[in-house]
Amino acid sequence: MSGDTILKVSDLRVEFAGRRSSTAAVRDVSFSLGTGKTLALVGESGSGKSVTSLAIMGLLPRAGRIARGTVRYRGRDREAVDLARLSEKAMRRMRGAEIAMIFQEPMSSLNPLFTIGDQIGEMLKLHGDPGPAERRKRVLEMLELVEIPAAARRIDNYPHELSGGMRQRVMIALAMICKPALLIADEPTTALDVTIQAQILDLMRRLQGELGMSILFITHDMGVVAEMADDVAVMYSGEIVEQSATRPLFARPSHPYTQGLLVSIPQPGRPEGERLVPIPGTVPPPHSMPPGCAFSPRCRYASQRCDVPVALVEARAGHMVRCIKTAEIAAHA
Amino acid sequence: MTRYIVQRMVGMLVVVLLVLTIAFVIVRLAPGDPAALMLGPEATPAEAAELRERLGLNEPIPIQYLSFVGNALRGDLGTSIFFNQPVTRVLLARAEPTVYLALFSLIIALIIAVPIGIYAAYRRGSWLDQTAISTAMLAASVPSFWTGLMFQRYLATELGWFPAAGYGGPDADFWVRMGHLVLPSIVLGIVNSALILRFTRASMLDVLGEDYVRTARSKGMTEWRVVLRHALKNAAIPIITVIGLTFALLVSGAVVTERVFNIPGMGNLVVSAVLRRDYPVIQGTLIVVATLYVFINLLTDLLYLLVDKRVRY
Repeated sequence: MSGDTILKVSDLRVEFAGRRSSTAAVRDVSFSLGTGKTLALVGESGSGKSVTSLAIMGLLPRAGRIARGTVRYRGRDREAVDLARLSEKAMRRMRGAEIAMIFQEPMSSLNPLFTIGDQIGEMLKLHGDPGPAERRKRVLEMLELVEIPAAARRIDNYPHELSGGMRQRVMIALAMICKPALLIADEPTTALDVTIQAQILDLMRRLQGELGMSILFITHDMGVVAEMADDVAVMYSGEIVEQSATRPLFARPSHPYTQGLLVSIPQPGRPEGERLVPIPGTVPPPHSMPPGCAFSPRCRYASQRCDVPVALVEARAGHMVRCIKTAEIAAHA
Repeated sequence: MTRYIVQRMVGMLVVVLLVLTIAFVIVRLAPGDPAALMLGPEATPAEAAELRERLGLNEPIPIQYLSFVGNALRGDLGTSIFFNQPVTRVLLARAEPTVYLALFSLIIALIIAVPIGIYAAYRRGSWLDQTAISTAMLAASVPSFWTGLMFQRYLATELGWFPAAGYGGPDADFWVRMGHLVLPSIVLGIVNSALILRFTRASMLDVLGEDYVRTARSKGMTEWRVVLRHALKNAAIPIITVIGLTFALLVSGAVVTERVFNIPGMGNLVVSAVLRRDYPVIQGTLIVVATLYVFINLLTDLLYLLVDKRVRY
């Protein structure tokens, strides 16, 4: 693990116990996140991106477990630890203080029965309580930092008294109050209006600069990826199918799935009248996985050759693709 | 808030008036002469005439109704035919054992149901969860007279740990009286714990799947804190509701249990009054129990306010 890497996930496999057998929701996932950088995990629902983030936090549902792999983490002035093997007690000290998380649904992610001041303050209480007066002061500062208007009044509000955008700001304040080194943002803007989305992304970028934290950004929105991420890992059906720095990925998307993601969103500058191309079908359920490439049933380039397991290989320097037809597809395009 | 309470009080009054009317009508609707009905087949016409006069049955119906309602609202529920005492006094004398019995059995039910319900939900699908659910089903299905009889036989008669029945007699010391309530309280506590347990479990299951519980975990707190601080409070409203209903049911008199343990409470009184055709007592109990129900419902609704600031009345 090199000095400027905060998180290095290697060969991660997450399994969920079923009635008879277990299914692997995440397979063979490896990536690393540079200190102060943003890595986007992209994919549709069911691609395993949220499960990956919960595995890092040690918050998998009871049926799930990390079956293989390591999650090496090195925060500020700390030895590298493997989060996958940390005791629950040690993990609790990490959560919130070192690694914080914000979630997709600002409406339901805050407890409706406690004031937002209570909920943010509780984070301080859990990690070296500075006492009630200091706590309130720091919560107030944090609310101002995330640009909540009339913060002194809002601090005693309950979540239902705030709008969706305000609640997501509260979630961000909650996540940031202990100045974590790593922030995992699981679709933080998906549930918000477009204008609010832009404000929240702005805010996150600004706070990242001010606090110098690293962000693991989970999203299905390629537009958000282009705006936020330094590096991208595209996940499909529990595997990473393409991985590279953001610019090269957008310049030369090489996996048919990534290409599909990019042509299925509207973009300015496209010739007028050009149609958006949806990707046909859906992610296969874990119990009926195709024998080879998981994307092959939906891929327009698929042939019988795709029915064997496909490895993630380096197509170009720093650009990994899980497809045996990369060269042909590039020639075709 | 104050306005809400006033509104609810007015609503309560309407319900009580309705109950009074029903209680009044029931006696008059019965075919034949109420006085003859109350006195039974062996009564002489002279006795019946005397009772009719005493009950005011010779007045026109509207006058009877008005004086009945007026008296009831002033706390006069008439005179018991059997005891020849004011109904309110008869009821009050029987209220003590019932109220204590209700209180103790509710506490026992809560001690059993709430922790197990929470833990069963938390460990959903585990052997403890399954054992808890099936035991609760069993406890709810076994009739309380059977449990009562078993307790009397083994814990009272054979082991002699507790008195088997009664309430210690008219001059018994407070603690002796309470000692007589131990076994019936346990019987009623077990029976009533089943419903509360199932409600607690179901309500906690709903809440434990919520996003804010995941948020709480992501803050790095212990599972204890997640469950007891963040989840339980959110699960409380259905639990409070079922506790309120259980308590109302218990206060109105646990007929079977009081009968089995021969406790001179409201439940026993009602049964005897029905058998003795003591209509004023039946009427009076009906009115008091209905009023208690409405009152406990109001208290339950006010408790919601304490728990959930989103509840607005």
